[in-house]
Amino acid sequence: MASKSNPPIHSIFLFLGAIILLFILAPLLGMILNTTPQGLFETAKESEVRDSIWLTLWTSMAATLLFAIAAVPFAYLLARRKFPLKRVVTGIIDIPVVIPHSAAGIALLGFISRNSVLGKLGSAVGLNFVGNPAGIIIAMAFVSLPYLINAARDGFSAVPLRLEKAALTLGASPMRVFFTISLPLAWRNILSGLILMFARGMSEFGAVIVVAYHPMVTPVLIYERFGSFGLKYARPVSVLFILITLAVFILLRALAKEKNSDNDE
Amino acid sequence: MNNLSPTPLLRLDKISRKFSTFGLKDICFSINRSDYFMLLGVSGAGKSVLLEIIAGLVTPDSGTIQLGGNDITHTKIQHRKIGLVFQDHAIFPHMTVYENIAYPLHGLVKNAKEKKEIISDIASKLGITGLLDRKPSRLSGGELQRVSLARALVQKPEILLLDEPLASLDSLLKSELRSLLRQLNRWGQTIIHVTHDYEEAISLGNIIAVMHKGEILQSGTPSEVFSHPKSQFVAHFTGARNFYRVKRSDEGNEALINETILIKLPASEGNRDGFILVRSEDIFLSKDPVETSAVNNFKGVILEIVPTRSGIEIVADIGIPIYSVITQESLQNMGLKEGQSCFIHFKASAVRFIPG
Repeated sequence: MASKSNPPIHSIFLFLGAIILLFILAPLLGMILNTTPQGLFETAKESEVRDSIWLTLWTSMAATLLFAIAAVPFAYLLARRKFPLKRVVTGIIDIPVVIPHSAAGIALLGFISRNSVLGKLGSAVGLNFVGNPAGIIIAMAFVSLPYLINAARDGFSAVPLRLEKAALTLGASPMRVFFTISLPLAWRNILSGLILMFARGMSEFGAVIVVAYHPMVTPVLIYERFGSFGLKYARPVSVLFILITLAVFILLRALAKEKNSDNDE
Repeated sequence: MNNLSPTPLLRLDKISRKFSTFGLKDICFSINRSDYFMLLGVSGAGKSVLLEIIAGLVTPDSGTIQLGGNDITHTKIQHRKIGLVFQDHAIFPHMTVYENIAYPLHGLVKNAKEKKEIISDIASKLGITGLLDRKPSRLSGGELQRVSLARALVQKPEILLLDEPLASLDSLLKSELRSLLRQLNRWGQTIIHVTHDYEEAISLGNIIAVMHKGEILQSGTPSEVFSHPKSQFVAHFTGARNFYRVKRSDEGNEALINETILIKLPASEGNRDGFILVRSEDIFLSKDPVETSAVNNFKGVILEIVPTRSGIEIVADIGIPIYSVITQESLQNMGLKEGQSCFIHFKASAVRFIPG
């Protein structure tokens, strides 16, 4: 780690870094070590747990993909165009990150309840958002969208403008320029934004519990087990959920890396 | 201006565009088919912006652009049939060389076999056949430049715009690319080439326009611009008032101006036709014949004595006008006057030959 040429101050930084790492890992390790493989196995067999994990994964994935259709082009505009009140717009995008998520849930509940415009629209086609996966998707998207938009915007900003100009002079329409130049070159950032949004959606508790206590996403299930039965019963679900999310991320990162190295060289 | 043929290929009429720090003012010029048009100026003169206006990347505030008689001022970029080669090549990094060159053919050439033929044809013309499967990150600056040229040429543009194409290349690659560009022009490609290097302008262009602070100060053949600069700036920028078309001897160490005046110069290989340049600072003046190490010695008459920014400019007639710059002090010490006879001396090594 610290080689001889490093100044002494770096040893201090290294020590501080170690403390931070320990701070992150110790509670997680503690929880995992406190859970027996047997207990984990038993929990995994419960259909309530399995259903909730599956629900959490697919709703978050759906929220990410559905909203990406609008968020990615929007990020391109933010990166490329000047328009009035742009600073206000970028500020608005960051609102979901800074407000308390339970408050966001309350706001969303009013927005999608049966009496609202959106709620009435949903009712007309037989869709009730509250207490429904559709509501969960909306709550997850609300709190996690900024991560995708900001990452994609940074990605598009990093694409040299001259490459887009060159493509235009080579006879490409602006649409073709977007799909063949801007999007592929910003893809690394967009993908990491997608993964971040997906992760953020899965771990959402505050906004989701207000909008949909049932069907239960895993963070809500963990909270319910803790409230009703105590720490001991909440632990195995937590561990299982953490392990599954970690596995999903490692898989996604690996796929992303493979795809990117294809692109680079 | 250059208006020899009744319908020029490209015609810019009073193009103006304001930016926060500078602007283009009433740019007018026209170019005939197969011209090699050089836009010469220091950086910040507005040359690149002018190219972007012609390509359609920047819209002018006023004025019109005509291509082949049609007004294209507001035509979309992708429909202009104008190729632009950027200074830093702008090769798409996520595509192979082949995919880069094929990019403009999308929608134009449907047949895959035909597409392949077109690309291999242009690749062999530009000497990049071996690079087609490579990714741009594995190419050198000179190779990138050729790929960029191939990509612009494959769509058969009416006009090829080049933004400082030689600036980032070392001298060997420079002369290679120069002959390539000359060859393209000989094949009939109309070219507008932006540069800050007057040697480049002389050796390639058949028409040179000198641009400064958003205006075209002068345009014409290299001889017109360099031998008869219309303004102080042009004279100063081109840096060499002593600019003559010459024919060199077989050995390359002698050159004839107007087939009468013999100039000795350092021998070098290459073209017989070209230009020579001698900086006015390198021309010595004396009232009496003196023995010096200089091999070029002429007798002449002082035509004019003109104070300039860089000193006193003496114009002497030795069969051709020749320009020498001396200090105010020398002028007084020597007591030179217009109409007086004088002697002109300069070393062979002060003479630069530019093929063209």
